[in-house]
Amino acid sequence: MPQTLYDKLWNDHVVRQEADGTALIYIDRHLVHEVTSPQAFEGLKLAGRKPWRVSSIVATADHNTPTDHWDEGIKDPISRQQVETLDSNIREVGALAYFPFKDRRQGIVHVVGPENGATLPGMTVVCGDSHTSTHGAFACMAHGIGTSEVEHVLATQCLIQKKSKSMLIRVEGQLGKGVTAKDVALAIIGKIGTAGGTGYAIEFGGSAIRSLSMEGRMTLCNMAIEAGARMGLVAVDEVTIEYLKDRPFSPRGELWDKAVAYWRTLHSDPGACFDCTVELRAEEILPQVTWGTSPEMVVPITACVPDPAREPDPVKREGMERALQYMGLTANTPIQSIRIDKVFIGSCTNSRIEDLRQAAAVLKGRKKADSVKQALVVPGSGLVKRQAEAEGLDKIFIAAGFEWREPGCSMCLAMNADRLEPGERCASTSNRNFEGRQGPGGRTHLVSPAMAAAAAIAGHFADVRDIL
Amino acid sequence: MEKFVKFAGLVAPLDRNNVDTDAIIPKQFLKSIKRSGFGPHAFDEWRYLDHGEPGMDNSKRPLNPNFVLNQERYRGASILLTRSNFGCGSSREHAPWALLDYGFRVIIAESFADIFFNNCFKNGILPIVLPKSEVDALFGLTEHTPGFKLTVDLAEQQLVRPDGYVIGFSVDPFRKECLLNGWDDIGLTLRHAEAIREFEERRKQQQPWLFA
Repeated sequence: MPQTLYDKLWNDHVVRQEADGTALIYIDRHLVHEVTSPQAFEGLKLAGRKPWRVSSIVATADHNTPTDHWDEGIKDPISRQQVETLDSNIREVGALAYFPFKDRRQGIVHVVGPENGATLPGMTVVCGDSHTSTHGAFACMAHGIGTSEVEHVLATQCLIQKKSKSMLIRVEGQLGKGVTAKDVALAIIGKIGTAGGTGYAIEFGGSAIRSLSMEGRMTLCNMAIEAGARMGLVAVDEVTIEYLKDRPFSPRGELWDKAVAYWRTLHSDPGACFDCTVELRAEEILPQVTWGTSPEMVVPITACVPDPAREPDPVKREGMERALQYMGLTANTPIQSIRIDKVFIGSCTNSRIEDLRQAAAVLKGRKKADSVKQALVVPGSGLVKRQAEAEGLDKIFIAAGFEWREPGCSMCLAMNADRLEPGERCASTSNRNFEGRQGPGGRTHLVSPAMAAAAAIAGHFADVRDIL
Repeated sequence: MEKFVKFAGLVAPLDRNNVDTDAIIPKQFLKSIKRSGFGPHAFDEWRYLDHGEPGMDNSKRPLNPNFVLNQERYRGASILLTRSNFGCGSSREHAPWALLDYGFRVIIAESFADIFFNNCFKNGILPIVLPKSEVDALFGLTEHTPGFKLTVDLAEQQLVRPDGYVIGFSVDPFRKECLLNGWDDIGLTLRHAEAIREFEERRKQQQPWLFA
């Protein structure tokens, strides 16, 4: 019987299964960061248990780390304690790799894993972080877990799971100029809603997906969680294999050949059955901008802020009204007239080299508007940062009035010092526009790196297709 | 984990879709390396008029009179009634820790976000999914009946209204057993340690590059 990619991955990891479908799933890769792991390590110790397989662990500090003045260390004492707790836990327990604060390969865990070849096709990848769905771009069964499950994986190398339903999202056609994977992700969420993927493992397919780079596929799978899905998946192809060649933890020699032969089987078979299929035409996707406090509150750059009066569902209508009030917007305002205070280019969604190239291509020879108080570029990792510098991208950003920062999660969730002040409006390449996400009272509009750059130049949202 | 026993609890309404984990427990409180003490900061940005930071004396902070959970009539509530996609966003288990510490043992919603739903069961919180019509009715009753309580009977998978009306709900049988018995997942899984080791050995043979 033809199998979906998800079927294949699931079947390959079942240790045992009960009659009711509850299964023990083996975990190949355990990514660890400082925020969601301390209680898990403590629990393990209190129970007198040892980690099952430390060589599955790849750890880094990313959420709390500052993005400037590294010489001064971490000033916030509670942040510092959390990062030091990770240091001591990893020192005690061990890991395949640890990229501590200030390490040259430190960075956002979902950038660091793939670029080091620590994320390989066919793996199960988990992390106490919802954006673990990112790694599905490599045909990995990858999803976020809570701290209790972090402890469970440390102790048993397994998770107790039930199989999700499967959804195919097919995007056929060719994306227009200036339209990126981020716009595809936002357009999908706009179409199916933030709960549209709940209970599903989503596979992204179609010619528009196949033509995306690995960076683009990671952006797309990263946002699968914002559609409510357990995971996002993209089949292995030559793009995947080419990306993985010669990465530090990628297999080599004979093992490489053997691995590649297996990886080539990681796609849905022709005729495989999905529980649900959603189709989009690539040509119909325009650059997207969110206007509200949920990623599903999104419209194309050419549109206006929607009018709650036209929403028939009273709970939704109230939600829209509350969002407009929080965002300081009125219905029917053209998106392109909304002025911004800050720009943030970064996060596990959009901080990879291709993202920085796309933003730099827009900014080259231009300057941010004077009315834009601050524009940050936070590379996803030390390696991304050095690659960008080798390409001269840092100079383009700096000349355009951007601050070129050290890697980390930064203003995506504002756990460090990078944040919005109350009422400030930001064009952000991150993944969540929730109330207070980028700082209490801060107003977030999610966009692609190219669109963030265009907004920085104009001082308000602008159609990047007019600039390119 | 504490055993989940039958109880009658006060219901508090939170009539919103998409309540996210950033709203349930804002990021500044995630810097703690403990599992406890998050209750006073549950819904911090909605609940207080000032900006909350770790270590503040919450009893001295100005409460937001417009936030529904601050109403006297919902003080001591142990059942939270809400709408669709509750708990969306980050995987932070600090969210169920905060709700549990606040006093909630049951959350009734039209739907839940996946990771949050999972995290509830690991902490002795029972998330119950009901159809929109039942949720609508419960919102009406909660608003119009002072001190509206529901009896939660997990063993029988029933919510019982004061008027005797019974609402059945479904729950995964394995998770139900774990809640009723207060079982530790890890202990259960380690009973299969031999099977895990055998699986791991087979995997090493078949995909050695994963263990290199």
